[in-house]
Amino acid sequence: MSSITGVSVGDGLSDPSDGPDPGAGASTGTTGDRVFGGLAMGAGLLVVVVVALVGIFLLAQAIPAIGKDQINFLTSREWNAAGQRFGIAQLLWTTVVSSVVALLLAVPFSVGIALFLTHYAPAWLSRIGAVLIDLLAAVPSIVYGIWGIYVVAPKFTHVQNFLQDWLGWIPLFKAVPGVTGGATILMVSVVLAVMILPIITALSREVFAQTPVTHKEGALALGATRWEMIRTAVLPFGRPGVISASMLGLGRALGETVAVLFILTALPGGQRFTASLMNGGATFASQIAGDAPENQNNADAMGALIAAGLVLFILTFIVNAIARVIVERRREFSE
Amino acid sequence: MKITSIGRASGVAVAAALALSACGSSSNTGSTGSGSASGSGSSSSSSVAAGTKTADSSCFSGSLSGQGSTAQGNAMQLATTDFASKCSGAKVNYAPTSSGQGVTAFLAKQVGWAGSDSALNSEKGEPAKAAAACASPAWDLPMVVGPIAVAYNLKGVGKLTLTSTLIAKIFSGKITAWNDPAIAAANKGVKLPSTKISVFFRSDSSGTTDNFTNYMNTTDPTDWTAKHAKAWAGKVGQGKPKSAGVGSAVKATDGGITYVEWSYAITNNLTMAQVDNGGGAVALTAATASKAAEAAKIAGTGNDLKLKLDYATKAAGTYPIVLVTYEIVCSKYADATTGKGVKSFLSYLVSPEFQGKLSTVGSAPLPSAIQAKVVTAVNAIS
Repeated sequence: MSSITGVSVGDGLSDPSDGPDPGAGASTGTTGDRVFGGLAMGAGLLVVVVVALVGIFLLAQAIPAIGKDQINFLTSREWNAAGQRFGIAQLLWTTVVSSVVALLLAVPFSVGIALFLTHYAPAWLSRIGAVLIDLLAAVPSIVYGIWGIYVVAPKFTHVQNFLQDWLGWIPLFKAVPGVTGGATILMVSVVLAVMILPIITALSREVFAQTPVTHKEGALALGATRWEMIRTAVLPFGRPGVISASMLGLGRALGETVAVLFILTALPGGQRFTASLMNGGATFASQIAGDAPENQNNADAMGALIAAGLVLFILTFIVNAIARVIVERRREFSE
Repeated sequence: MKITSIGRASGVAVAAALALSACGSSSNTGSTGSGSASGSGSSSSSSVAAGTKTADSSCFSGSLSGQGSTAQGNAMQLATTDFASKCSGAKVNYAPTSSGQGVTAFLAKQVGWAGSDSALNSEKGEPAKAAAACASPAWDLPMVVGPIAVAYNLKGVGKLTLTSTLIAKIFSGKITAWNDPAIAAANKGVKLPSTKISVFFRSDSSGTTDNFTNYMNTTDPTDWTAKHAKAWAGKVGQGKPKSAGVGSAVKATDGGITYVEWSYAITNNLTMAQVDNGGGAVALTAATASKAAEAAKIAGTGNDLKLKLDYATKAAGTYPIVLVTYEIVCSKYADATTGKGVKSFLSYLVSPEFQGKLSTVGSAPLPSAIQAKVVTAVNAIS
């Protein structure tokens, strides 16, 4: 149950049971031990090598392309890969904002569902619920994309109109002229939230279910209600797990390609920047997916796309690093 | 441990050697086949009168794969199915990935031929690279005319005429409402509502965008100043992915307008504007689109039939916004089986039998003058 953050969701567990070791007396000699150890180390090293090679590939391809870039790669908002005028500012904004909003929408729901399944629902319902959540995680993203654009978007337009009319004074909900039909960053965030919900729920459910019974019974024995027991025993115990699950979800949201490509309205060049969630745009992944097929035989344009991929790679690294820091610090508190 | 691994390695070497020798023998038998193939090709072309010249339509046996433009995807699907029922021993498949991918695969010798909505680009040195990959000059053979429809959705307006200037002004955002006097002037007797115009463009890089912006830049460079490109260079509009994306967006938006491959406009039931280049309003049909290719000049030399489309043509009854997809082939294939396959399949593509069916899949046939030239070129493939 280890996550991409490298921290197992069960890391907070106390020592395994004190019973007799079931493996005792089943020794096969040292050969098996050495072979297995070697295989495990090989697998571990392979991951490191693969990540390093991906990084080297991205750097090697991106640096010459950035050198040919006619505008500032980091601060410019224009994106024209084939024309050698590309900057990542707008892509970075859209990618981060859509994913963060998706996370804000998904985490409370996920934690709620996980708590319901582990502490409120009767056993039979809990089992069915767990299976359904896992099933939701297995839906391909293209299905979410098509569902989002043909089913959710027309209905979600009304929600967005409401937000624009009543909360338009908040910059986040300001109406953007020229973007119609509900295909906005907010809409993408909602679909992304649905997509990452099952991951976060499934992992949170696992950790909540592992809360030591002694903690829970202790809280109840002290006269806590069920909600107080959850607040004092289950949530603190599960917090690192929930955080690492959220980061896993954020990772998926940041890299989501097809659903975003299908839903989000792309902007023409030269638009003024607006912080509104009612705007269109493109994320790193959707921009790459849209540009790559037709630019296969254009090395310069591919270089620009790979440079965008490099930034996404680094962004994901940063997100995971932050998650690790948070999880480590939390563990110090809870132990 | 060491001994067994050496043994295994030598086993691999033996297998590899066997595989290599197998390759060698198959290409030997192939080259003897090619002699007869080119012989029959030349005899058929000489025996038929020039006007109604047809290509050698004999079948080949084996498999052939091509890759490239999605614009001719539907046409190729029809062609490969028909060809399979005509020639039971031949298996042809075409992967509609993208023009860029098709050319890349062709240069890497992964496919027998590439489909592309633009000819090999000499600025990028593609003809030279292709010639190196083929070890013979590569030819661009125009095969399918893909009309680009200007599709719109406007309540109560079932017939609309747009001049080339109006198109450039609408897509560049200079005209923003449907009841603009300039649109009204071109549509006497049509009651235009004051609906806002919503422009939709392709958010993915696309040959359709390339050709459509080329049309606007050629016919009205003052209103559409940007040079043609696969990425949308306009300053207004909303981007949607693929033809399906822009098609469904226009369908869902009152006041929407877009440019889209004809076949998608048909399947999405979109209303299409008539285009007036100065020679009168022309509705998009297979015949009017085909005439646009007739107005094109041949820019290639010899059997390289690269076309230069005349977007600004004022010829009566010509629908000017079309793209032409090329089949990019080697003039002389190193592997004679592939050469025979390409020749046989392309002969079918250019045959009147297949060209006549193109309108059923939203494409238009080549005009007969170009058809005849393509036949000559196909017959010269070996």
